Amino acid sequence: MEKFISLTGIVAPMDRPNVDTDAIIPKQFLKSISRSGFGPNLFDEWRYLDHGEPGMDHSGRTLNPEFVLNQERYQGASILLGRENFGCGSSREHAVWALLDYGFRVVIAPSFADIFFNNCFKNGVLPIVLDSSTVSRLFTAVETTPGYRLTVDLLAQRITMPDKDSIAFEVDRFRKDCLMRGLDDIGLTLQHTAAIRAYEERRRAEAPWLFTNLPE
Amino acid sequence: MSGMTLYDKLWESHLIREDEAGTALLYIDRHLVHEVTSPQAFEGLRLAGRKPWRTSSILAVPDHNVPTTNRSAGIKDPVSRTQVDTLDRNCADFGITEFSMLDPRQGIVHVIGPEQGATLPGMTVVCGDSHTSTHGAFGALAFGIGTSEVEHVLATQCLIQKKSGNLQIRVDGKLAPGVAAKDVVLAIIGKIGTAGGTGYAIEFSGAVLEALSMEGRMTVCNMAIEAGARAGMIAVDDTTIDYLSRRPYTQQVDLWDRAVNAWRGFVSDADATFDKHVSLDASALAPQVTWGTSPEMVTSVDGYVPDPDQEPDPVKRDGMCKALDYMDLQPGTPITEIRPDHVFIGSCTNARIEDLRAAAAVSRGQTVAAGIKQALVVPGSGLVKQQAEAEGLDRVFRDAGFEWREPGCSMCLAMNADRLAPGDRCASTSNRNFEGRQGQGGRTHLVSPAMAAAAAISGHFVDVRDTAGR
Ligand code: SF4
Repeated sequence: MEKFISLTGIVAPMDRPNVDTDAIIPKQFLKSISRSGFGPNLFDEWRYLDHGEPGMDHSGRTLNPEFVLNQERYQGASILLGRENFGCGSSREHAVWALLDYGFRVVIAPSFADIFFNNCFKNGVLPIVLDSSTVSRLFTAVETTPGYRLTVDLLAQRITMPDKDSIAFEVDRFRKDCLMRGLDDIGLTLQHTAAIRAYEERRRAEAPWLFTNLPE
Repeated sequence: MSGMTLYDKLWESHLIREDEAGTALLYIDRHLVHEVTSPQAFEGLRLAGRKPWRTSSILAVPDHNVPTTNRSAGIKDPVSRTQVDTLDRNCADFGITEFSMLDPRQGIVHVIGPEQGATLPGMTVVCGDSHTSTHGAFGALAFGIGTSEVEHVLATQCLIQKKSGNLQIRVDGKLAPGVAAKDVVLAIIGKIGTAGGTGYAIEFSGAVLEALSMEGRMTVCNMAIEAGARAGMIAVDDTTIDYLSRRPYTQQVDLWDRAVNAWRGFVSDADATFDKHVSLDASALAPQVTWGTSPEMVTSVDGYVPDPDQEPDPVKRDGMCKALDYMDLQPGTPITEIRPDHVFIGSCTNARIEDLRAAAAVSRGQTVAAGIKQALVVPGSGLVKQQAEAEGLDRVFRDAGFEWREPGCSMCLAMNADRLAPGDRCASTSNRNFEGRQGQGGRTHLVSPAMAAAAAISGHFVDVRDTAGR
C-alpha cells in the first residue's frame, strides 16, 4: 500500500447524498479478477452516455458533458468532496480501487458507510469526516473557485484552504499509523500468532462445535 | 455494573486483544466466500506465500455470476466464467469446501450458510458481501467485509476492528395478515434512514421479531446494512434452536445439549444498556413499496409518491428530485397506480421457502397480467428449489406465467444475464433500488414476495392485505 503523508490537490464536488458503491463502480466491472484498471470505469453510468462493458476501449466512448468529473476545471482532481452516507451499499472494494486508480487519494464527506470507510484505509485512501456545515462551505468554495485546491496533512490532521485558513480532522490512531507507514496489516496481525493460537485452543475446549469440519 | 447486550457478549467472546485506543483483534469462526470479492484476496495470499489459517472455517459458493437457466451448458460470458473458474481453482488448491455451480446445495451464500447449519449462534461470521448481516438472525455477529479483509481473515483467522455502538430496535404489536418481515424492515429504514444505523450494531427485538420465523428474521437482519449498520442481530430462542435442529451440519454437533445450552446464552441481559433506542408499533403497518433510488425512499402501498416541495432539507429535496426523475414518477401518484413491467422474486432477502410459499399463495390459480414482460422466480438455493418443487410451488408459478429458474443472485444485481433494460420498471423482492442496480437505466421498487406476486397478477401494485385476510 502506498503511504499517505500529505497532499495538495484539486477538489472535485460530488453533490448528492447516498452515493453508493454500485454507482462508483457498476457491477459489470466486478468480474475482473485483478485489483487495478478500474479507473476508466469510475462512476461509469454517470460519466459516459453509452453503456460500458469490461474489456472495451473506453477512450472512444461518449462522455456525458454534464457529469462533474468530465468538466475541464476538475481534471487531475485528487480530492473528492461528497455528501452524507458516501460509499453506502455493496461491500465491493472495487469502489475504492476505482477511486484510487482514477487518482483520488482523499474523500471528504459528512458521513461514510462503514465498510467503504474501512476499505479506504486498506488501500491508502484517506476518508475524512467533517461536519455538514463545513462540507457545505467547501462545496460553495469549490463551485465558485475554478482550480480550487486543498492541502491535506495527515500528520498534523489539518486541511488547509487556499486562504491559509485551516480545519482540523479526526482520524483513528492505528489507521493513521498504518496509512503514514504504508503498512500491510496482515503482517502486523501475524505478530500475534501465539495469542491467536492460545485463543483457538481455549475455544476448542469451551465450544468444540465451532471447530467441526464442514463435510465435503 | 449493568448487564451485557447480545452484541457485547459476541464481541467479548471473540476478543483476542485490544489496545488503549480500542483497536481490537477479533477471532472469526465462519468465513463464507463467493466468486466476486475473493479472487484478489487469494491472489494476495499467494503473492505473500501465505496459506489459509483454518480451512475448516470456510465455505465457498459461486452465486453472483451463475446463469439461472440451462446450467449444464456452462457460463456463456467468458468474464463471468473466468471468475467462477477462479473460485473453483482457489478452493481446490487450498482444500476449501465449495458447493460448485452444479452441486444441488449451491445457492446464494447467505441462503446456504444458515440452511446448511454452517451459521451457528455465538459465532462471528464474515463474508466479502455487505448482506452478511443476514446471519445475525441466529444470535451471531455477522458482517460484510472488503476484499483486503477477506485476505486478512484467510491469512490470520482474525480481523482488526473497532467496537460499534449498541442500537436497539424494538418492533411491537402484531402484523396484519399479508404484512411480512420485508415490510417491517422497510418501515424501519424509512423511519431511521439509510445512515440511521451507521456506527452501530443493531439488535432487533420485540413481539413482532419474536413471532417471526427464522426466514423472516433473516429478511430483517439482511437489510440492517441498508439502514447503515454493518451488523444486525436477533437473540436466540426456541425458534432458533428448532431451525438448527434440522440442519445438515448440526447433525454433526455431538454435544448437542451442551451446545444448545451455550447458544441460549446469546441474548441481551435484562439490565443491558443500549446507546440508542428506536421503537415502532407494527400493528397498523401496511405493506411497503419504495418509490425512489434509496431504500429509505419508501412508503405504504396505500400512500402516494411524495412531493419534493414538501421537503425542507435542500440536500434531501435535491435527492428526491433526482430520484423521481430517474424513476419517472410524478409527485402525488397513488402507489397502486404504478405499473411494473417486470417482477423479480428472489435474492438473499426473499428467496427462502417461506418467501416462495407467500408468493405462490397469491399466484395460485391466477395469471400474470398482460402488461408484464417478464416475471422471474429465482429460488435462493438448490435445496429451496427442491423443497418448492416437492410442494408443487413451481407448478403454481409456471401455470400463472412466471419463469422458474435455477438458484443464484440473478436480477438482484444483474451480473449474470438476468437484467432490466433501460426504462424497465421492476417490482423486486431484493434489497437495493439504487440507480442501475438491476440493469443500467432499470427502475426498482422494493416489496415483499406477496406484494411482488400480487403486482405481477394485477399489473400494478395492490394492497395484499385486501386478499390475505380472506
Ligand atoms: S442476492 Fe443480491 S444482495 Fe444478496 S448476495 Fe446476491 S447480489 Fe448480494
